Amino acid sequence: MTSTIERGAATAAVPRRAPVKKAPTPKAPGGRRRGPAGLLGTTNGRKAVMAVSGAVLVLFLIGHMVGNLKIFLGAGAFNDYAAWLRTVGEPALPGRTLLTVTEVLLVAAVLLHMWSAVALARRASAARPVRYAARPRRRAGGYVARTMRYGGVIILLFVVWHLLDLTFGAVNPKGAAATPYDRMVAGFDPSRWWVTAFYVLAVAMVGLHLRHGLWSAFQTLGLVRGRARRTLSAVAAASAAVLVLGFVAVPVAVMIGVVK
Amino acid sequence: MNLTLKVWRQNGPDDRGRMVTYRVEDVSPDMSFLEMLDVLNERLILDGDDPIAFDHDCREGICGMCGMVINGVAHGEQRATTTCQLHMRHFADGATITIEPWRAAPFPVVKDLVVDRGAFDRIIQAGGFISVPAGSAPDAHSIPVKKEDADDAFDAATCIGCGACVAACPNGSASLFTAAKITHLGLLPQGQPERDARAVAMIEQMDAEGFGGCTNTGECTAVCPKGISLDTISRMNRDYLKAVK
Amino acid sequence: MKYTIGEPIRDGKAPGGPIEDRWDRRRFSARLVNPANKRKLTVIVVGTGLAGGSAAATLGELGYRVKSFCYQDSPRRAHSIAAQGGINAAKNYRGDGDSIHRLFYDTVKGGDFRARESNVHRLAQVSVNIIDQAVAQGVPFAREYGGLLDTRSFGGAQVSRTFYARGQTGQQLLLGAYQALERQIAAGTVEMHTRHEMLDLVVSGGRARGVIVRDLVSGEIETHLADAVVLATGGYGNVFFLSTNAKGCNTTAIWRAHRRGAYFGNPCYTQIHPTCIPVSGEYQSKLTLMSESLRNDGRVWVPVRAGDERAPGDIPEDERDYYLERLYPAFGNLVPRDIASRAAKNVCDEGRGVGPGGLGVYLDFADAIGRLGRAAVEKKYGNLFEMYERITGEDPYSRPMRIYPAVHYTMGGLWVDYDLQSTIPGLFVIGEANFSDHGANRLGASALMQGLADGYFVLPTTIGDYLADGPFGAVDQADVAEALGEVTGRIGRLLSVDGTRTADSYHRELGGLMWDLCGMERTEEGLRKALERIPELREEFWANVKVPGGEEGLNQALERAGRVADFFDLAELMCLDALHRTESCGGHFRAESQTEDGEALRDDANFAYVAAWEHGGDAGPVLHKEALDYEYVTMTQRSYK
Repeated sequence: MTSTIERGAATAAVPRRAPVKKAPTPKAPGGRRRGPAGLLGTTNGRKAVMAVSGAVLVLFLIGHMVGNLKIFLGAGAFNDYAAWLRTVGEPALPGRTLLTVTEVLLVAAVLLHMWSAVALARRASAARPVRYAARPRRRAGGYVARTMRYGGVIILLFVVWHLLDLTFGAVNPKGAAATPYDRMVAGFDPSRWWVTAFYVLAVAMVGLHLRHGLWSAFQTLGLVRGRARRTLSAVAAASAAVLVLGFVAVPVAVMIGVVK
Repeated sequence: MNLTLKVWRQNGPDDRGRMVTYRVEDVSPDMSFLEMLDVLNERLILDGDDPIAFDHDCREGICGMCGMVINGVAHGEQRATTTCQLHMRHFADGATITIEPWRAAPFPVVKDLVVDRGAFDRIIQAGGFISVPAGSAPDAHSIPVKKEDADDAFDAATCIGCGACVAACPNGSASLFTAAKITHLGLLPQGQPERDARAVAMIEQMDAEGFGGCTNTGECTAVCPKGISLDTISRMNRDYLKAVK
Repeated sequence: MKYTIGEPIRDGKAPGGPIEDRWDRRRFSARLVNPANKRKLTVIVVGTGLAGGSAAATLGELGYRVKSFCYQDSPRRAHSIAAQGGINAAKNYRGDGDSIHRLFYDTVKGGDFRARESNVHRLAQVSVNIIDQAVAQGVPFAREYGGLLDTRSFGGAQVSRTFYARGQTGQQLLLGAYQALERQIAAGTVEMHTRHEMLDLVVSGGRARGVIVRDLVSGEIETHLADAVVLATGGYGNVFFLSTNAKGCNTTAIWRAHRRGAYFGNPCYTQIHPTCIPVSGEYQSKLTLMSESLRNDGRVWVPVRAGDERAPGDIPEDERDYYLERLYPAFGNLVPRDIASRAAKNVCDEGRGVGPGGLGVYLDFADAIGRLGRAAVEKKYGNLFEMYERITGEDPYSRPMRIYPAVHYTMGGLWVDYDLQSTIPGLFVIGEANFSDHGANRLGASALMQGLADGYFVLPTTIGDYLADGPFGAVDQADVAEALGEVTGRIGRLLSVDGTRTADSYHRELGGLMWDLCGMERTEEGLRKALERIPELREEFWANVKVPGGEEGLNQALERAGRVADFFDLAELMCLDALHRTESCGGHFRAESQTEDGEALRDDANFAYVAAWEHGGDAGPVLHKEALDYEYVTMTQRSYK
């Protein structure tokens, strides 16, 4: 027969079924407050970290691209620019000040960007333990958004190679002692086409990453809405394209012998 | 029309579950999707089988009770349409249709296509309200509201709490649901005193329930029966950052 | 079915004196419960719609221990959410001559003089507080550019007193109540039980002391005890199977309470809404309402000739019958709901209906589109047109809509006094579940008003007067065991029949029968036939229904079977009530009682009373009459010519 249980008497203590997750008690109205979880403890806070660290990296990329393009002004201009980066501010500041500050900022930004990405990816996979049998049909046309995670990994691998190749010269044919210009030309020598191919692939990934990341950062920080968001999405596409072209121009120029 | 249905069957939360194939014949194109399942269930009952459990109530697209993932899309291919408002004329004769429950850890399966969406109620409990005990309200005209704000608040307030946004999100995020309420109340003058506390509490509850984070893929708004905009998520993010900074 | 006439019944709680002072007087005379005692008092509220949700939230705010129940997975799903049009309130923000007295008058008249003056006047008074409360909660009502609330005139009212939130007023008001309820759940004053269905009432020592519910997920039968029980379980329109109600709406809670001693008031009063999307086939599971506002610009017509199969566009102007404009030149397409519904039925009975089965009439926007342009029509009705197209697959811009009346609301319900207390002490009934405020016909935009008035303002005051005598001590376990036994016995019986027909198929047959014989037009012959047929069908149901599965776990077929079983009993009482009331009034149209023009003809000399039916078991029901006296409104014959 049907099991029967009795819950609660009119005047006796009412046994309360423990809720699965206790909702926090409502806060007193008004006033800014830091939640018990804190900014870095919530997904929204971590997303903000990702957006801000990403913004730092984008600013760097713009500067980096402008510097790269100086190669079209000749070896002298390019090498002088590289040297200037090391001496700027002297003698008021010690040597490599700008570079050191940039490097610290970049390392911090990359670490924070990766940390939030890993944290969010882990949350996402925990939130969907059972996959759909029918292949989910994407409705938003967000192909780009889905490249963010594996694209990020590819970009990371590339950055490691890139530093070994052109910054430390460890895997560069000319080695660390050569001028930056010589390292660049040697690095993208047609005989090393696979290096160039990897570079182009990685830059393409950066482009896709920015295509979504640029407007996404604004959205995450709550800075755009409505028509502005749609405009920003177009601006993100255009900026990503400019950056990709700017970065790809140098190796391609070396490959086809415009820069040698 | 004749159809093949592949339906997720799961006896209870602890059952592993499996897809089961059914053939349904003589389906009228004027039937709603749920009526098609009604007809199948009537047959299953008479055959001595267990009918397919699914949630539904108003069957006019407003209560938010129904919801299934049809061929990989929450509520099916028709835009801005709940499962109960989806009609069979949108399917081809002879088609195979895959039907699954919302998939998300915070929405455990109760049986077959029925899931437990209590997490949404708990998010509202955390702060999705304006504290105004009955009888304490001032005259309605003492609080004028700009028409634009009232209209935007209304757009956000049309959320029916069906959970399609979570089902469609690759991250299993409840951001659209939570943001819709934060936006609705945050846009109105009445909602200002609790605005900061509300954003923080609701977001923390959303995390506590185990929903994923938003990566701005836009899948949620694409399946939302009420077309709730990504703007709400932007507003939620801003309110949250303002509140915790 | 035999019935006997019992002692007349009186509403012992309504104060006398000037009508505008009565609610204040009752509020003052109602005893208060001191805050410390409130914490010791438990109140059960069943149902979480506008009435139940707002009542549970408000009782929680006041400090009572509240247990709230709903059969849905969340309190936000209750069917109040589907109300489209708006909510009336005598704010007179337009300065167009509205007042509490006018809303009171319109409601009594609209109810065809079959509602209590005191109750209706209180409703009109409280209506203004509802708008204040809802706005403070953040309900996004439509506003004008100046930032103030917009209103519209609705359902033929001559003043603009309907507040609205696009076509989703019910949703927005319900979400307001739901949020208030969730706030109390978080505060720990309300204990929420979703996916729980009430199956019986526990009455002990002459008081309502608890409910027997089934946990729909686990299948467990639970007893919950309290000091008072509030039923807010909505209407019983689903007795017709097809209605605009949600699929889960049912009569079980109020019917079980009726069987335990609560009188049932005016069960035959049902409202049939004229503008719904017609039935498209026998698989149809529910009907969808199209807002009444469509009649402001649409013209209703059918072909002049019966059996005209031509497409609407091929029927020339002079072969169309714009019957509402022809019959009611003054009001035309805007006649009240009951009149528009019956006129549609009449033309379809003449064989002039359109669409599948000939059960439909055209609602044509060609003129409006020609006059205002398509863009203007789209702006006004775009979402409704879209909904129509989604359901029918037809484009209403190029082809007239097809509409047909459908059951929409039940004015009848459990009898309650001015305090909203039923004839069982401690059992309060609010919202559509009670019979109180709408008489024989409800005005548009008044259901939301009544549900919220009851839940936010009336019940929380009046229930205090009852609870002031509490706590009521321990409940006799024998009474609990008896109710439990009845519930488990009924479930066992349903599961053990193992026949050859599903509960839904019986429900569909019962609904068809009720629609034909106790629907828009009722006759003595038809009602007698129904009263013969219903018991036969019920017997067959109990001998031949097939309910799969067991009592444990989620079993939706079992839930439905239990609801259908109670609908049979209710249907019988509805037909009996309709048969005994030989007059026509409001939504109750007896073909034998009509004017020369075919309008409803009241018989005030013999029927100016509320029919309160007592469950009499095998001896048949007992009719108690509550006389209706009108001191402030003069009874007149409605005319819309």
